[in-house]
Amino acid sequence: MNDAPADRIRVMTPSGMLGSGWPDGTLERGLELGVDVITVDGGSTDSGPHYLGSSTPKTAAKAVARDLRNLLRAAVQGDVPLVIGSCGTSGTDDGVDWVAGLVAAIMAEEGMALPVARIYSEQSAVDLKDVLNAGRIHPLAPLGELRAETLESCTHIVAMMGAEPIIDALRDGARVVLAGRATDAGVAAAYPLMRGMPAGPSWHAGKIAECGGQATANPRTGGVHITIDAAGFTIEALDAGTACTVQTVAAHMLYETVNPFQMREPAGTLDVGDATYVQLDERRVRVEGSRFHHAEQHTIKLEGARITGYETMLFAGVRDPLILADIEGWADALLTYVRGSVAGTLGLGADDYAIDVRLYGHNAVLDDLEPDRSPPREVGVMLLVNAADQATATAIAKIANPPLLHFPAEGMDYFPSTAFATSPAHVERGPAYEFVLHHVVDAEPTAMFRTELGATR
Amino acid sequence: MSATTIADLALEVRSKNAGPFWVTMELFMRDEAGYAIVADESFVNEQVLADLYQVDADTIQLFRIPSLNVVKISFPRYVVQGSLRDRDMHAGQHHVPLALLRVPS
Repeated sequence: MNDAPADRIRVMTPSGMLGSGWPDGTLERGLELGVDVITVDGGSTDSGPHYLGSSTPKTAAKAVARDLRNLLRAAVQGDVPLVIGSCGTSGTDDGVDWVAGLVAAIMAEEGMALPVARIYSEQSAVDLKDVLNAGRIHPLAPLGELRAETLESCTHIVAMMGAEPIIDALRDGARVVLAGRATDAGVAAAYPLMRGMPAGPSWHAGKIAECGGQATANPRTGGVHITIDAAGFTIEALDAGTACTVQTVAAHMLYETVNPFQMREPAGTLDVGDATYVQLDERRVRVEGSRFHHAEQHTIKLEGARITGYETMLFAGVRDPLILADIEGWADALLTYVRGSVAGTLGLGADDYAIDVRLYGHNAVLDDLEPDRSPPREVGVMLLVNAADQATATAIAKIANPPLLHFPAEGMDYFPSTAFATSPAHVERGPAYEFVLHHVVDAEPTAMFRTELGATR
Repeated sequence: MSATTIADLALEVRSKNAGPFWVTMELFMRDEAGYAIVADESFVNEQVLADLYQVDADTIQLFRIPSLNVVKISFPRYVVQGSLRDRDMHAGQHHVPLALLRVPS
């Protein structure tokens, strides 16, 4: 692919998430404005550890296929490359293959023959243990030093690529790049960087683009069109009915970031502390002064998830004011009773399993932080059981079932009945996962990634 | 009449994960007057936030951004995302104690 320096590069990002769709006409409008590359992020850790832990996508195949079909048609029409990051939500090898399979089917149906690169980012714990022993893995706050057992406990580990593996794939001729786990900003920054755009504006534009319409006055519409040049970038909303304003663009650096001025990427740190935002007209904002400080050591972040146990959930509603008058006291007494029954029936102590009792409508969301202590009108009681295996979790839930249905409030000399929401009242949730890695590896930019160009495996 | 809260003076108060191990919150104030109130160190500071969220004051990062009338706060999640005790997967409701903080009269 042509990687010659350009005067400007125009990036179209129609959405913050592959599979979320966009209004009809969004891509057509971008193509009218002129486009050099189309990019969409396909993943995030935001919905929790299940997707990485189980290596399954959050999005529906039909929704992702719909978006891919429209993106591929636009890429052909505009004769421009298409870059998808963090395929399959978590960016595991399964996720890349899942998206690649959808792309292959669509291209066959549409009679397209675009070269496709798959960039795999999944890591083996065995290889990483050697890297750990060599002293090349370091913790990020708030976690501590990594232990080999933690690596071994993960069901899946991915490394987060920067722009370099994507650039290599494009240089090698890929027209469609399906990346495993990639930094959000790198997905949109890669092509501009390859074409010689400066790092500061390219990375800043990449960060702004990553959530699509979030940087516009109406986040529910389609995404953004960004023109990057030697001095900065200009951004506008793809949807004709909304706009980018200084406020919406500047504020996007706040979104899901710890630090709103500095953001670490594998190759260095984006610094927008001195960036200026100017409203060019009703729709467009000009951004200049973004800088990128190249780090002495390139670092690759790891993400990993492991199974914490197996969960079964019980849920019931309480409306009786006699119980609600002291719902916390009722729930505490219920839990004590259930723990006694579990000990007596299954021989399990409190350390052998865990139960989280959540009082939805009272304080389930904020727990001890809840500032409002006034009596609730109605409470949903969730008992979430976590045990070493599914059968045990469900056995505990079944032992908890009759007390949850009939447990009396203080002073009640009869058995009330709560409102079970479903029959059966319990739901087996399967394995539960937790994120355990928040560490970086000292590594060359492309060393931890494997790229395959051409036919799907 | 009930006392004025931060939410009363804000366009939006929001919270969200910043990765699985951090939570971040923003106070988007309506105007410079509202910003001046929440940017006042004697009102919103690391210790007040530490007490509100039961975290260590040393772990709190506080950013005051007058150009946007925004105060932004980040600290490590006290419950790791997705673990058994996590009742707010996206940390999307954790702004509420801060939003309901009464401004000094």
